[in-house]
Amino acid sequence: MSLLEISDLHAGYGQMSILKGVNLTLEQGEIGVIVGPNGAGKSTTLKAIFGMLNITEGSIRFDGKDITGIRSEQLADHRIAFVPQEQNVFPTLSVHENLEMGAYVRRDDFSSVMDHVYDIFPPLKDKRGQAAGELSGGQRQMVAFGRALMIEPKLILLDEPTAGLSPMFMSQIFDRVIAINRTGVTVAMVEQNAKQALAIAHKGFVLAGGRNSYTDTGQNLLNNPEVAASFLGG
Amino acid sequence: MNELVFFINKGLVSGLIIGSIYALGAIGVTLIFGILRFAHFAHGDMMTLGAFVTLILTAALAALGITLPVPLAFIAMFPAMVITAFIAIGLDRTFYKPLRQAGARPVVLVMASVGVTLMLQGLIRLFAGVRARDMFIEAPKEIFRIPFPGATRPVIVTEPQVLLIGFVVVAVIALHWFLTRSRLGKAMRAVSDNPELARITGINTNHVVWATWIIGGALACAAGTLLSMDVTLKPDLSFNILLPIFAATIVGGIGQPYGAIAGGFLVGFCETLAVFNWSILLRPFRDELWFELPNSMALVPTQYKLMVPFLILIIVLIFRPTGIFRGRVLA
Ligand SMILES: Nc1ncnc2c1ncn2[C@@H]1O[C@H](COP(=O)(O)OP(=O)(O)OP(=O)(O)O)[C@@H](O)[C@H]1O
Ligand SMILES: [Mg+2]
Repeated sequence: MSLLEISDLHAGYGQMSILKGVNLTLEQGEIGVIVGPNGAGKSTTLKAIFGMLNITEGSIRFDGKDITGIRSEQLADHRIAFVPQEQNVFPTLSVHENLEMGAYVRRDDFSSVMDHVYDIFPPLKDKRGQAAGELSGGQRQMVAFGRALMIEPKLILLDEPTAGLSPMFMSQIFDRVIAINRTGVTVAMVEQNAKQALAIAHKGFVLAGGRNSYTDTGQNLLNNPEVAASFLGG
Repeated sequence: MNELVFFINKGLVSGLIIGSIYALGAIGVTLIFGILRFAHFAHGDMMTLGAFVTLILTAALAALGITLPVPLAFIAMFPAMVITAFIAIGLDRTFYKPLRQAGARPVVLVMASVGVTLMLQGLIRLFAGVRARDMFIEAPKEIFRIPFPGATRPVIVTEPQVLLIGFVVVAVIALHWFLTRSRLGKAMRAVSDNPELARITGINTNHVVWATWIIGGALACAAGTLLSMDVTLKPDLSFNILLPIFAATIVGGIGQPYGAIAGGFLVGFCETLAVFNWSILLRPFRDELWFELPNSMALVPTQYKLMVPFLILIIVLIFRPTGIFRGRVLA
C-alpha cells in the first residue's frame, strides 16, 4: 500500500477547472519531486491535497484512508504538513511562536521536537524572539519548514522551498530535505530548480497543463532527452 | 491652584474615563476585525445590551436585599459579561456565521451588523423604554473628594470612575497575558495574521472565533455598564460612542489590540481637552496676557464634540495611514 495515492485528480478554483487528471503515488520514505512550467498546476496539486480546492473527480488516499476533499484543519491530525509557496509564516508572531503554532494540534510535550528544529536550523535559534515578518527570505523559509516539522509529519508537502534563495541557501535546504527524509518522513516537493531536485528524488512528476506529462524515477527523468529538452532547459 | 484642580477634574479625569471606555470598546472592534475581517457596527449596541443585562441583575440583587461594600451593579457586571459573551456568540451564529459560510464579502457582513444594530436598538427600546436609568439602585454613588495642596477645591473622583480605571488596568494586563502566553491567544494572533496558514497548521478556527466574541462581548458589556454607572443608562448609549470607538480602532491600527487601547485614550483625551474651557486655566495669568481673556475658550464647542474623533482620524490617516501600531490597510 502506498502512503500517498492521488489518482486521476480533477480540481479547480470555484468553477474554473485547473487540474485535469493528475496521478501521483509515493511510497513511505520516498522523496517525490513535481516539476513543470509556470502555471502547470503544481501548487494547485498540493493545495488540492490540503482541502483548499474544489475536487470534481478522482481521489486522494493517504495511509489507506480516503482524504479527498478533507478540510484543511484536519490534515495536521493525519500528520500531514504543508509549506505553501507564499505567505507561509505568521509575520507578527515571533519565530518561536510560529513553531509553537506548528505544534498547535499537539497536546503532548513537544519541547524535544522544538530543540530538534532549532538544531536543524541554527539561525532560527538566534532569532527566536524576533517577528517572523522581519526575517530575510531564507530565514522565513526555515521558519516555514520548521513550523511544518513540529507535528513530526509522516508526509510533508513543500512548495518551492528554495524560491528566491541563493545557490548556497538552496543546497542547504536540499540537504535538510534529504536529512529529514532519512528520518522516515515522506516528502512531496515542487521545485523550479528541476535538475538539482530531481537528482535527490526517488520519483519525479512532470506536470503540464494540469496533468502528468511524464512520471518516472528522478534519475530516469534527468536522463530522458525529451524531458531535458522541454523542461530542464537542455 | 483651584484652576489646576479644575483642569484635573474636567480635563484629565474626564479624558481618562472616556478614554478607558473607548479603549474597552475598541479592543473588541479591532479583534473582531482582525479575526473575522469586518467592521462590527453593532458593537455599540452590544454595550447598551450588556449594561441592561447588568441593570436587570442589579435589580434582582437589590430585590433580594443584598448589600455589599461595592456597588451592586459592579458585582452584577461580571455575570452580565458572561451572558453578553453568550449573546455575542449567539448573534454570530444566527446572523454572521451563515454569511461567512456562504462566502459573503466583508461589506455584506458590515451591512448585516448594521441590521443587528437596528434590531438591538429596537429590542432594547421595546423592553426598556426610552428613559434614562440610574445604575445605582441600592444606594447613591460615592464621591471621593481628595484635597489638593494649595487649593480650596478638591479633586473629585467618583466610585464608578475608580472601579473603571481598576477594571481597565486588570483587563489590559489579562488581555496581554492571554494574547502572548496562552495557546488560544497565540492562535488568535495567528488567525489574524494569516487565516489560511492557520487552517493549514490545524488551528481550530471555530475556537478562535468564539474566543473573539467572548472577549469582545464581555468587554463591551463592561464598557457599557461602567459608562452607565458613571452617568446614566440610556438606550441610545451607543449613538455618541460608536464613532469615537471606530476612530480609536483605526487610529490605533486596525486589528491591533494595543493600538486600540492607545487609540482609545488618544481619542478620549483629545475629545475632553478640545472641549475644555482653557480660559479658566489662563485666568491666574489674566494680567500678563496681551489679549483680553474671554469667558469661554474651548477649541471646539461641546455640541461639536463628535467632530474631534473625525479630525484625529483624518490627521492620522493622512500622516500614517496604517494607524499608530501599523494595522491592516483597509482594502
Ligand atoms: N487562487 C486562484 N484562483 C484562481 N486561479 C488560480 C488561483 N491560483 C492559481 N490559479 C490558476 O491555476 C493555474 C495553475 O496555478 P499553479 O499555482 O498551480 O501553478 P504552478 O504550477 O504552481 O506555477 P508556478 O511555477 O508559477 O508556481 C494557473 O493558471 C493559475 O492562474
Ligand atoms: Mg506554484
